[in-house]
Amino acid sequence: MGFASKSPWVIHYDASSCNGCDIEVLAALCPGFDVERFGIINTGNPKHADIFLVTGSVNDRNISVVKQIYDQMVEPKVVVACGTCACSGGIFHDCYNVLGGVDKAIPVDVYAPGCAVRPEAIIDGVVQALGILEEKSKALKESKRRA
Amino acid sequence: MGKKSVIPFGPQHPVLPEPLHLDLVVEDEVVIEATPQIGFVHRGLERLVQTRDYNQFIYVAERICGICAFGHSMGYAETIERLMGVEIPKRAEYLRVIWHELSRVHSHILWLGLAADAFGHEALFMHCWRLRERVLDLFEKTTGGRVIFSVVKVGGVQRDIDASMLNQFVSVLEGIMGEYQQICRAFLEDSSVRNRTSGVGVISTERALDLSMVGPFARASNVPYDVRSLGNGAYGDLSDFQPIVSSNCDCYARMEVRAAEVIQSIAIIKELAAKIPAGDIAVPVKGAPAVDSEACNVVEQPRGECYYYAKGNGTKYLDRMRMRTPTSQNLAGMAVALNGCDIADVNMIVLTIDPCISCTER
Ligand code: SF4
Repeated sequence: MGFASKSPWVIHYDASSCNGCDIEVLAALCPGFDVERFGIINTGNPKHADIFLVTGSVNDRNISVVKQIYDQMVEPKVVVACGTCACSGGIFHDCYNVLGGVDKAIPVDVYAPGCAVRPEAIIDGVVQALGILEEKSKALKESKRRA
Repeated sequence: MGKKSVIPFGPQHPVLPEPLHLDLVVEDEVVIEATPQIGFVHRGLERLVQTRDYNQFIYVAERICGICAFGHSMGYAETIERLMGVEIPKRAEYLRVIWHELSRVHSHILWLGLAADAFGHEALFMHCWRLRERVLDLFEKTTGGRVIFSVVKVGGVQRDIDASMLNQFVSVLEGIMGEYQQICRAFLEDSSVRNRTSGVGVISTERALDLSMVGPFARASNVPYDVRSLGNGAYGDLSDFQPIVSSNCDCYARMEVRAAEVIQSIAIIKELAAKIPAGDIAVPVKGAPAVDSEACNVVEQPRGECYYYAKGNGTKYLDRMRMRTPTSQNLAGMAVALNGCDIADVNMIVLTIDPCISCTER
């Protein structure tokens, strides 16, 4: 395992979620589920983060914010869409101000479904994300060596 | 005198769980003007009443906000019941209020945690959220969901809580009381917390009334307004209800009010659990709201008064559904409280109104 996948830092952004998924993301980080014991820390700074947890669907106003946060994160990075809204737009898919899931804005690696997403599903998503992070960092090293 | 500059705050910010953007005009570290900008979570839910019938809309109403989820589904259902003249069974009213007060307990403990995080006390944040999990367990046992419950329907509730479960409610809530009071002592008696919050973001009672502030934010400025004292539904059967107020008018007072409201809610749950009548939990609702029928309703959400309006048009689809949420009332108060504050206190003041942006923008 690489260094990042031993203790990945996450950043969370609420695109246009109803808060249900947000508080579950926070609950996963807090005692009760306590992913912090695995070294997973919530950071506010995109430049420190390895995993991007997005909740809620994107709209015209926040799509640029989601893209900006993603662009500011350094490679390798993984995106986990938390909740049905983030996966596909969910029950709000036909609202006039909803463009759809987060994959309309940025590439998504893991989809964690649920309305609201359960903390267990988030943890499961993050564990899958770790594998992807590992692969991405290997590929990155490989391409650097070749260059 | 320094030069004026503008500091953008949000929408993505470590203390903000939700996207709110503020343009802070600062001069020498002092905020002289704060302009909130919203729109990041607008989805357009009110419009959905045109494509979902009044029974289906309840799941949309619940998802207006994941923290006050129960309150919204209850407020919406009550509005529709008034619109169609449906009388729901007493037991359903009691069950709704019990769950609603339990949501207030979870919401206020959640907020206390976020406030602790805002003044940099991470251990206290974790302790609050640990306690909150115990409350969520009760929800999960009785409704199956942790934050979105889907338990209210037009005409009553979907599930009953049996007597042994009600006893468990009471015993779990009594069980967390000791720990909760310890946490409250840290909030209310610790000198560093006091220094951080006393005298910060003061709004006088007159100003609070001018700005039509609602909820704990207003009650902390000594405005004794609480929708629960109107006695709607099972609230009317309470032996006594007094809104909790404080006259300090600052961030400390807002903490004090919310901390005391948790204890008040627990007392309400205990009283209603002892008094709950037996009987049905729902009545069947058939037909459609009449043409041009109108109904409105107010509910005391954890964040304050929330107003609902519905208009029927003779079909199963409503003509109009409108809500006015507590945070949209309180944003003006927040902008006033921010004027003249230290830049370091901005996050504290923003949090003490307990902003719920996804309610506000829907
Ligand atoms: S998936 Fe459900 S709980 Fe999560 S943000 Fe969307 S509506 Fe809310």
